[in-house]
Amino acid sequence: MSKLTLKTEGDRHVVGTRRFNALPEAVYRAHIEPDLIQQWMLGPEGWSMPVCINDPRPGGKFRYEWTNEERGGFHITGEFVELVPFSRIVHIERMHLPDPTPDNHVVTTFEKSGSGTLMTLRMTLPDAASRAAMLATGMEYGMEASYARLDALA
Amino acid sequence: MSNLDAAFSAMADPTRRGILARLTLGEATVMELAEPFAMTQPAISRHLKVLEGAGLIVRRVEGTKRPCRLAPSAFVEIDQWLDTLRQALTKNYDRLDDLLAGMNAKKRKARR
Repeated sequence: MSKLTLKTEGDRHVVGTRRFNALPEAVYRAHIEPDLIQQWMLGPEGWSMPVCINDPRPGGKFRYEWTNEERGGFHITGEFVELVPFSRIVHIERMHLPDPTPDNHVVTTFEKSGSGTLMTLRMTLPDAASRAAMLATGMEYGMEASYARLDALA
Repeated sequence: MSNLDAAFSAMADPTRRGILARLTLGEATVMELAEPFAMTQPAISRHLKVLEGAGLIVRRVEGTKRPCRLAPSAFVEIDQWLDTLRQALTKNYDRLDDLLAGMNAKKRKARR
């Protein structure tokens, strides 16, 4: 199992890779089946996803809502652009805080690699400022570890 | 680091994000920045003051104008923000490892 790599690319992209010890079919399903998504797409400790609605077909919409006892909640909405079972998902998403953040265009690919899967995540934001805003708002919401680090520095 | 909180609140506003986006294209005057927004120049000036206070933009004096551009340090904090996203995704994918292991075990059982 390899660790996550995550880096910025150019002015508008964030690119990540991660290997999983399961076939592409299983990793792909875990990205589109709500009962599976709700078990892992939770971010830092303390958050749950009570609402996970999606319509995984081109043009289909989704809405995921997260909640945290201390910090309240937020949600994202988006649309699927392209779905190629079990190798590729293209979607667009935005966070509502409650103002929507700029659209994040995300391409996720799943490649068979040995007995497992190499997943590549490629996010594209409209411009450099939007990418900074996306990363900053991500930090603002529920990133306990970072706040603790910030407190330690203060 | 002291600018981090100010940078967050500065970025939280869609008009200010729009201003930053415009400034990625290069220097601009208040008049040029006000154009795409349905806002008066004083309103835009107030937004610029917030961005300047957060260290995201710098302004210079040119006659009566004070053109703005992105501060070189504006996106230095990106690395730190990226690290936070990395931590959140790491948690997600560690959970997904466990879930996939469970799915696999179930499948093996069903096949038996």
